[in-house]
Amino acid sequence: MRQRNIGDVILDVRNISLAFGGVKALQSISFDVREHEVRAIIGPNGAGKSSMLNCINGVYHPQEGEIVYKGEVRRDMDTHHAAESGIARTFQNLALFKGMSVLDNIMTGRNLKMKTGILAQALHFGPARAEELREREFCEHVIDFLEIQPYRKTPVGRLPYGLQKRVDLGRALAAQPQVLLLDEPMAGMNVEEKQDMCRFVLDINDEFGTTIVLIEHDMGVVMDISDRVVVLDYGKKIGDGTPDEVRNDPEVIRAYLGAGH
Amino acid sequence: MSGLPPVTADTFPRLLAHHAKVRGARPAMREKDLGIWQTFTWRQVADEVRAIACGLAAQGLKRGDHIAIIGANRPWVYWTIAAAQSIGAIPVGLYQDAIASELVYVFQNAEITHAVVEDQEQVDKVLEIKEQAGLIAHIYYDDPRGLRHYSQPELTAFEKLRAIGREYDAANPGFFDAEVAKGKSSDAASMFYTSGTTGHPKGVVHTYAALIDRARVGCEMEGLSDAEEVLAYLPPAWIGQNIFSYAQALVAGFCVNCPEAAGTVTSDMREIGPTYYFAPPRVYENLLTSVTIRMEDASRIKRGLFKYFMGVAERVGGRLLDGQAVGLPDRLMYWLGDLTTYGPLRNVLGMSRVRVAYTAGEAIGPDLFRFYRSLGINLKQLYGSTETAVFVCVQPDGQVSAETVGPPVAGVELKIADNGELLIKSPGLLREYYKNPAATAEVLTNDGWYHSGDAGIIDAHGHLRIIDRAKDVGRLANGAMFAPKYIENKLKFFPFIKEAVALGDRRDMVSAFINIEMEAVGNWAEKRGITYSGYVDLGSQPAVRDLIRECVEKVNADLAREEKLADSQIRRFIILHKELDADDGELTRTSKVRRGFIGEKYGPLVEAIYGGRDEQFIETQVKFEDGRVGKVSATLRIMDAKTFPAARKAA
Repeated sequence: MRQRNIGDVILDVRNISLAFGGVKALQSISFDVREHEVRAIIGPNGAGKSSMLNCINGVYHPQEGEIVYKGEVRRDMDTHHAAESGIARTFQNLALFKGMSVLDNIMTGRNLKMKTGILAQALHFGPARAEELREREFCEHVIDFLEIQPYRKTPVGRLPYGLQKRVDLGRALAAQPQVLLLDEPMAGMNVEEKQDMCRFVLDINDEFGTTIVLIEHDMGVVMDISDRVVVLDYGKKIGDGTPDEVRNDPEVIRAYLGAGH
Repeated sequence: MSGLPPVTADTFPRLLAHHAKVRGARPAMREKDLGIWQTFTWRQVADEVRAIACGLAAQGLKRGDHIAIIGANRPWVYWTIAAAQSIGAIPVGLYQDAIASELVYVFQNAEITHAVVEDQEQVDKVLEIKEQAGLIAHIYYDDPRGLRHYSQPELTAFEKLRAIGREYDAANPGFFDAEVAKGKSSDAASMFYTSGTTGHPKGVVHTYAALIDRARVGCEMEGLSDAEEVLAYLPPAWIGQNIFSYAQALVAGFCVNCPEAAGTVTSDMREIGPTYYFAPPRVYENLLTSVTIRMEDASRIKRGLFKYFMGVAERVGGRLLDGQAVGLPDRLMYWLGDLTTYGPLRNVLGMSRVRVAYTAGEAIGPDLFRFYRSLGINLKQLYGSTETAVFVCVQPDGQVSAETVGPPVAGVELKIADNGELLIKSPGLLREYYKNPAATAEVLTNDGWYHSGDAGIIDAHGHLRIIDRAKDVGRLANGAMFAPKYIENKLKFFPFIKEAVALGDRRDMVSAFINIEMEAVGNWAEKRGITYSGYVDLGSQPAVRDLIRECVEKVNADLAREEKLADSQIRRFIILHKELDADDGELTRTSKVRRGFIGEKYGPLVEAIYGGRDEQFIETQVKFEDGRVGKVSATLRIMDAKTFPAARKAA
């Protein structure tokens, strides 16, 4: 059995509202994320899940509400600040550099940790060289962790989808995040790939203590691996609690599974 | 040979000590870790082995105990084998993909108290059987990932074991050397469990004398020195891997390289460039398939070049390798081909430096065999088994053919029994099956002959030819000989057929189940614009059925030409809806078909074939890798194949 060591609230989302013109994507959403936990956001298509993640890492700027991250209250986040303060993410539709190798893609996730100037890097000179060797070693640990050694030098575009998802995760991991946002990490995968991905998510959580916020459609997966679940529906929060609590919540059942169930 | 260690080094720990002394700074092992090859010298290896051995002793492992080792090809696996042997314990390698129930028997049979395993997956498996297996007291794991929260008292990190060992060594400085000195060449060195097509696996006990003698004979025959490089990529639990990457490495003092992961073997092989190589026919076949597929996608110029020069190679390459006379123009063309085609191709295959390449285990297709030899790769066949510590027959350079496995090597005597079974006398024979005197008596008779269970023929040149397992050779209803494996092999030589099962014992005709080779057939179908959704769908395409029918009919034409086998032509066949799999019990762990089991499992299909029906519905249970069970079902078409009249004997 997994022993958990859940800490204090690391990320607190308070009364977030986001609208695109007349479309109210999120309406006064509040929830918190505790350190070291696996927190899932679920909901039907268009419920506002991805919008929520985009607010957390500063891609969208909510019109109302505030985000408290590591005790610091912010009106909204910006992407650079989010990345620098330890939030990394993966993307629903993959945003990898298709022509670059797996290793290079993962190295890009390391970019923020590199301090030498662009000129020194381009010339691969002195401290830049030492730095690259150091960062490369870290990326090799990520490659080892995700078991993608056979594809180290393969251009990402040539890999099957399930592996690309893994590379995407690898790039996020390379940033050594405290909070990892996963946008549908298992979408479009077969059963075996899903199992692998679940194992990686749990291992990341176990080995590095990374806090994980994930959006997922596969209810089996969500119920198995998350500690707590937020349920959104049409931009509103309709449930929040442990998988068991959420599963038995009549409103969640109605919204998520449809009236027939 | 001057390079080999003195015969006084008659146990593996002593051989290790010898190499640490005479070539302490030379590489003994390499491992690719974090993308970089890390080297361990003989001195470092000796040092690690010493620490592990002392650690195991401190943890209570005693002389004569068995220790289980479950892991992929990593240096620690080989170090642990040597460490256990240093203190007189007997290492038992187990396959990583063995399921829990298979482990229970072995753990009970060998009374295993200590197990060294690779990772969480293996730890979980051993913990799962702890209650049933009873005696297991210590489990050491190499990779701590996922095990952070495990609190079972049996668990110790391998790292920790080494630290314990170093302390113990410091406190008892004379212990290790005294233990190594106690070992005798007649002691049991290792135990190997045979997969066994029926019943429980049997533990084959080999002495140091047997393993070292066979390893030495192999080294002497091929002139192996400490300059060889080998790639350890087959399961360490298999005796062949133990001989090629442990016993022979310790005899000749050469370097063993461990690939980074199972998926990187091809590129790691390219980087290392082994000089001594073993692979079962299946691996050579997969390599050729991937070359063929890549050539089909290559540019027209490259394709043309490949086709032309492969023609030259077929004519000339084998003869050159055998040292036969070849005319100057042909030599010149071959040289040109080597420059443009064979050289680069050998490089892609990672075989640029291969001096000796072996294959064994199954019959190898003549075309396949010729392909590698024509490229200038010295591929040879050998014959042996777990019970004979591998080396029984080896083809010497210049006397190579696809049909035989060569003459007996030094020290071996062969005899064919009246029932056609091959009998062997060799210094490399097993001592016994562990705790199974009945089985031992069955194969090892008092007159010293080992009953191999293989049906063989010794030809006029003294070369051995294996036909089938003696017990599998059956009779058709009309009394004609039926050698199923012989037929299956002929089928499997086609790139489109992955696996075949021939049926016909005590029946009036021969029929076959066939597994298509997904990659090759899929590619073939794509080229013809045939769409398919998956394995079952692909196999049921009419065009694919016709393709397979053509293969079957070619085999029939072949069989018709052979005197005793004309009646064995395949009348009917079925393309199966699932791949035969060891997890479902259809194959052994070493990928041999379990014919009897398949006959029962697919009973309805067998009935349909012999009942003259055209199609049959079947539902089959499948086991997934995580242990869950599912079902696949399909309605399969039974195909008829053309047969040919038996060729008349030439007058």
